[in-house]
Amino acid sequence: MASIAFALDGQFGIHDPSTVVLCDGKYYTYGTGGTPLVSDDGWTWRAGVRPLLTGAAPDVIHIGDRYYMYIANPRLPESETAPALAKGGNTASKAFVYMIWSKTLDPNSTDYKWNLGSVVASSDGVEDSNAIDPGAFLDPTDGKLWLVDGSYIGYIRLVQLDPKTGLRIDPNDKPIDLAINCEASDVIYHDGWYYLLATHGSCCRGADSNYNIRMGRSRKVTGPYLDAEGVDMILGGGTKLIGSGGRTVGAGHFGLLDLGQGVMKFSMHWEADFDKGGASVLDIRPLLWKDGWPVAGENMKEATYEIESLRTGTALELALEGVPVGGPRGGGGGRGGGRGAGAPGRGGAAAPGGGAGGRGMFGGASAPVPDQDVAQVSANWPTGSVPARMANYLVQAQQKWAIAPAANGGGYPGSPYFKITIAGTDRTLAATADAELVVLPAYTGAPQRLWRFDQLADGSWRIMPKSVPSSKDAMALTAIGASFATLEKFDPSSDKQHWLVKLP
Amino acid sequence: MNSFTKYRTSALAILAVSSLLAVAAASPAAAQGLGPSLTRPSTPQEAPDALGFIPRWLLLEPIAVNGLTDSAVQAIVKKEYFPGQYTVVPNDGDKVTVGDAPLTWHAVDTKNYNVNLYHFGIALGKSTTNVLFWVVTTVNCPREMPNVRLAIGSNAASVWWVNGEELIGIYGDRQTVIDDGVSKRITLKKGQNIVRAAVVNGGGATDFCARFLDPDDKPLMGCTASAGEVGK
Repeated sequence: MASIAFALDGQFGIHDPSTVVLCDGKYYTYGTGGTPLVSDDGWTWRAGVRPLLTGAAPDVIHIGDRYYMYIANPRLPESETAPALAKGGNTASKAFVYMIWSKTLDPNSTDYKWNLGSVVASSDGVEDSNAIDPGAFLDPTDGKLWLVDGSYIGYIRLVQLDPKTGLRIDPNDKPIDLAINCEASDVIYHDGWYYLLATHGSCCRGADSNYNIRMGRSRKVTGPYLDAEGVDMILGGGTKLIGSGGRTVGAGHFGLLDLGQGVMKFSMHWEADFDKGGASVLDIRPLLWKDGWPVAGENMKEATYEIESLRTGTALELALEGVPVGGPRGGGGGRGGGRGAGAPGRGGAAAPGGGAGGRGMFGGASAPVPDQDVAQVSANWPTGSVPARMANYLVQAQQKWAIAPAANGGGYPGSPYFKITIAGTDRTLAATADAELVVLPAYTGAPQRLWRFDQLADGSWRIMPKSVPSSKDAMALTAIGASFATLEKFDPSSDKQHWLVKLP
Repeated sequence: MNSFTKYRTSALAILAVSSLLAVAAASPAAAQGLGPSLTRPSTPQEAPDALGFIPRWLLLEPIAVNGLTDSAVQAIVKKEYFPGQYTVVPNDGDKVTVGDAPLTWHAVDTKNYNVNLYHFGIALGKSTTNVLFWVVTTVNCPREMPNVRLAIGSNAASVWWVNGEELIGIYGDRQTVIDDGVSKRITLKKGQNIVRAAVVNGGGATDFCARFLDPDDKPLMGCTASAGEVGK
């Protein structure tokens, strides 16, 4: 069964994007050359406004009332002098990271004003370091701010910053070497571990770029960072998070986008998106966790699926009497007769495959049983609205859901909203005003008929209507019982709202 | 293999219940003819158990029917077997006539989370195969309780009403699973609320369980159950 993946929408060409950050309800990212992208929903992107300084591979972090932007090798105003430039060495390889900050990223805000900061990291072109590709990290355990930087000339280095100013706490502190043979690094923290994510391979060669994001972890932010095989990243180790696949090549510049409530995503760029003529583009993917390691998830793809509750093992279906695939079973077996004539035979005519003139109750038919034809079985379905319910999955037509992007439905970070219909029909799953479920006879673009799919840390899905009439709360599809589903506020600690979306 | 398992279970259950009946011939429960897991109520009202399951019910002796599919069960429960079958709140010992057969309502308290209709039928010498049980209870609430849900399980199919509104239907050959069928959000009135169900069995074991869930999906506490005028 083919499934179709979706890239972002709008204008999302970028190289070396900064971590996607949320500011006053809008998402922002900035790339090499200052390429600014902004989105109202994280799905459809457009060109934004260039910041005060532009350079290479910036990163942005929000702390308190400031957005700090760290930029590699920006063109500085004449009033500023980069210390690295005074160090000597190979002038062509001198590099530095410079910080600017603003109270907002929204150019329409009266608080929008970029302020000059200072150099926070540098390399002289001789030492084993290339101070570009900054990645900022605020340690949630102690509030300390760190910056990693570096590229293939030497090491990925770590320096400590002051979260109140965004500047180095002590410019004379010796940077700590963390990794080698990589660039575009970033640090995240999860469940007692620090993870260093860095990009291996080569960039900037379109479809010939083998950029791929790899990682190691440490109990301390200062390392050592070992990969899943125990190889230290300072020796070139790194377990792969994501590389090329589908119609995209070259994954680089990881940035964590934590949406809260257990929903984590990451921003990155592809060196080449074949559907965009091989251009370098932004992407946002789910971030899953398995055995203490991040795993790159998948955004929802268009296909026909079974939607099964992780909690109950039962599947969402149209609440009507199904027809067994291949038609009702004839003769023998069945219920209602106790252990009498209808019970399975043990060596008699009802034995598997046995008996002249019949194949027995286990023998099946003489030819393959075709898939159920929804056009045929739906002829007896009610024409109006039908409730939704859950039942054991029997591969029947009323249990197969076509999930497809909703035209002009908008989106959320990484994906468009989807419509969910019984495959082969226009019967549409929708939220009711009292936060229950109904299957309506036809699809419209109404928000209660649009659905959001977020892959959760365990790989299952959170499924939410775009809106529930008369409700201000964000609601999620909930297996309230083995045979019934409803909509309730999302509770990440409960498996009632975790769904398996399976290809049938 | 579900059906086979159930047939095996059914046979084992017959043996087990036969043994229980023989051993417990002198026990109070057996003497009252309600089976080993059911007793006659001795108090006006009974609180739910620790998990919120309703312990007190009025059970009508079984009516012969046939069918477990959605359409068959809906046809079964839509047929009128006796006057007021969707509205009556009977008392223990009340009788109705279905066809030519007089059937009696029995008030019971269950010792377990579920009400074992198989025990009930066998104890009364009634068939539990291809039958319909009507069951009713009164849930007494000290105040109005909005946004609660009825949550039931049954072996096999069942249809449920609260205060006359049909809320749940679960169909087919199935075993009792806690919170199998769960209703939409409803409001329980202050005072008496009538919960009614029709449980349809094919063969083998048959039972049901029911509780209400609060707005946080936790067992609803604070209400009691009563079953008409006990011992009438």
